[in-house]
Amino acid sequence: MTMDFAPSEEQRLLVDTLRRALKADEAVARILASLDQTSGWSRLRWQALADLGVLALPFEEADGGLAASPETMMLAMIEFGRAVVIEPVWSTLILGGSAVRHAGSAAQRERLIARIIDGSLTLAFAHGEPGSRWQRTLVRTRARCTDGQWHLTGQKHTVLFGASADEIVVSARCFGSDDAAEGIGLFLVPAAAAGLSRKGYRTQDALEAADLVLDEVVGEPLGDTSLGAAALERILDDATAGAIAEAVGAMEEALQLTIGYLKTRQQFGRPIGDFQALQHRAANLYIAVEQARSMAFYAAAAQHEAGPARSAALAAALAVTITSARLVAEEAIQLHGGIGMTMEYRLGHLVKRLAMLEPRFGSREVVLDQLARHGGLAGEM
Amino acid sequence: MHLAPDPELAAFRQEVRAFIAANLPAAVRRTLERGGRADRAELTAWTRTLHARGWAVPHWPQRWGGTGWDPLRLMIFRDEIQRFPAPETLSFGTSMLGPVLYTFGSEAQQQRFLPRIATLEDWWCQGFSEPGAGSDLASLTTRAVREGEAYILDGQKAWTSYAQYADWMFLLARTDKTATKQRGISFLLVDLRSPGITIQPTRTIDGGAEVNEVFFDSVRVPAANLVGEEHRGWDYAKFLLAHERSGHARVGLAKLRLRLVREAAGDLLADPGFHRRLVALEAEVKALEMTQLRVVSEERRVATGASDPVASILKIRGSELQQAAAALWLEAAGPDAQRWTENDDGSDAASAWLNLRKLSIYGGSNEIQRTIIAKTVLGL
Repeated sequence: MTMDFAPSEEQRLLVDTLRRALKADEAVARILASLDQTSGWSRLRWQALADLGVLALPFEEADGGLAASPETMMLAMIEFGRAVVIEPVWSTLILGGSAVRHAGSAAQRERLIARIIDGSLTLAFAHGEPGSRWQRTLVRTRARCTDGQWHLTGQKHTVLFGASADEIVVSARCFGSDDAAEGIGLFLVPAAAAGLSRKGYRTQDALEAADLVLDEVVGEPLGDTSLGAAALERILDDATAGAIAEAVGAMEEALQLTIGYLKTRQQFGRPIGDFQALQHRAANLYIAVEQARSMAFYAAAAQHEAGPARSAALAAALAVTITSARLVAEEAIQLHGGIGMTMEYRLGHLVKRLAMLEPRFGSREVVLDQLARHGGLAGEM
Repeated sequence: MHLAPDPELAAFRQEVRAFIAANLPAAVRRTLERGGRADRAELTAWTRTLHARGWAVPHWPQRWGGTGWDPLRLMIFRDEIQRFPAPETLSFGTSMLGPVLYTFGSEAQQQRFLPRIATLEDWWCQGFSEPGAGSDLASLTTRAVREGEAYILDGQKAWTSYAQYADWMFLLARTDKTATKQRGISFLLVDLRSPGITIQPTRTIDGGAEVNEVFFDSVRVPAANLVGEEHRGWDYAKFLLAHERSGHARVGLAKLRLRLVREAAGDLLADPGFHRRLVALEAEVKALEMTQLRVVSEERRVATGASDPVASILKIRGSELQQAAAALWLEAAGPDAQRWTENDDGSDAASAWLNLRKLSIYGGSNEIQRTIIAKTVLGL
């Protein structure tokens, strides 16, 4: 099969379905309403996604899923980014979903995936810790096995949808030094587990998140604890690809809003888009968005591969996406002027989502260091 | 949409790479790796090696020696030539004039010139820019007046690359002063051995002598050397520039430069700042390569001859990335970069950095490309 950039009929249908369901142009009303509620997201909209089959996308057919390809997942995430979705896509389909897919035993997959797909179960993935600053293998939360039971003790920070999740996948260290790749296990912890306390809050971009404290919490190993490190790589690589695609969706929408504004906003008796100083800046935004879009394709292609080459490719793709996202976030507001800074206008919410790319997935410098550790892309030069 | 690597294309890439490795003289490769360029004899020999394999003008129609490869294979071929590095065939003939001639030229012009372009028997140069006509190319004032079976050519061209080696020049000249500025221009083929032509080198700050001024004083050009219709030259030039722009991505050259920077860096790779700059550029080059793949695949799908305005991205990013790689090379060279050796091949870091300023100027400056994007793509 040859490389083909054109969406298939099925993929086109999915994108159309998502656009109709997600209604990007209603994002502001949705987000503002959610900020007044204790629970930040809508069970109703989540159920609607389940009814459309969207929650089945990433899972294997044997588990009742649609076995969407990396390309299809990319297209879906672009649409979620466009609409600044605030439902638990990240925690349930991407992070938590990947954990269950890549690490879960057959029995665990059977127990969890059907309920994810029908919308009745949401997950969270608890990995980052105070001070770990995106270092993939820095895990200080300890897992101790006594009498055949694993007990987890430690802290997890900025766990997306950690306050409302029904089950939480927790990374914890079974053995080894704090930052060793080996010795990390993944554990399932039910929300009601004794010894688990959750402090919920909202993120800048209107997602729900929580800080967790685990005090001798009993966890169920997700699959084989000895495979934790490899599973973690897969999960974080999936997350990277998702982050890139989501950012591309948000950037494309921000660019379109900006171009529309340049064409309609009148000053000095003409549309401000007539001024070459602004035209060239708009062209730079277009170039930046297209480079990120190209890297979303590259990330999808890389997910067909395995091992360090995949991680290097994804780090490279994320680095370019971050560069583009910074430019688009800053310039889209500047080209709009004050209106770009208001809570009542959609651009600001797209920008807030873009601005969370680095805090959430790694600063540009950290991502470049990851890429450098893999030897860069020297093999492809 | 399916983006997994294609084993057939990977095998094709290996085939090209193996051919170059087996046939390119090591000395030429070393010259190019140092940042220099092949001399006329070396380029001619290499062009004929490619020609013997049937690969001198792969993008041309098969009737004129093309290979019939799809755009993806053409892209891979060019990428391998650039990254190896092997010399690229002389673009003025193979990429610029060739397509104009097989698209708009007369049968006689095609028969006479195309085979000699493919084997580099004729060295062509391009006569577009003038002292007063750069980005505003259509304001050119070199004029050609029809007298019987010839045009009498007067005027001056500027920034003419390699005119000192050239046998022929294709140029734009004004043939109708009364028409609007785009409408009165014709596309002529000029034998540089004709009486009345003076070529003066323009020395540039990199120490090179790539470009020249060319003066025409009552030069007689046979009317048979008019390409296409009289006064329609602007259309042919636009066609040519669109072709040229998509070749400006030069992803393989950016790859080569970054590979050389990595080799030259040595202990510098232990400097996290330098290492980040290097891998960041590698990532940006990959983004450009993917963009080029998208453009090329799009071409394959819709199979139109029209130029894609997205090609402007390739020109802008291609030039910026090569310049950025040169800046990194300069950084890697350290204090040694100060040494001035006046030569003609840009084979040190500072000379390369200086020389590559040209990339964002020629072929439609990057500012012109941004205006094209703003107007054509964004509708501003």
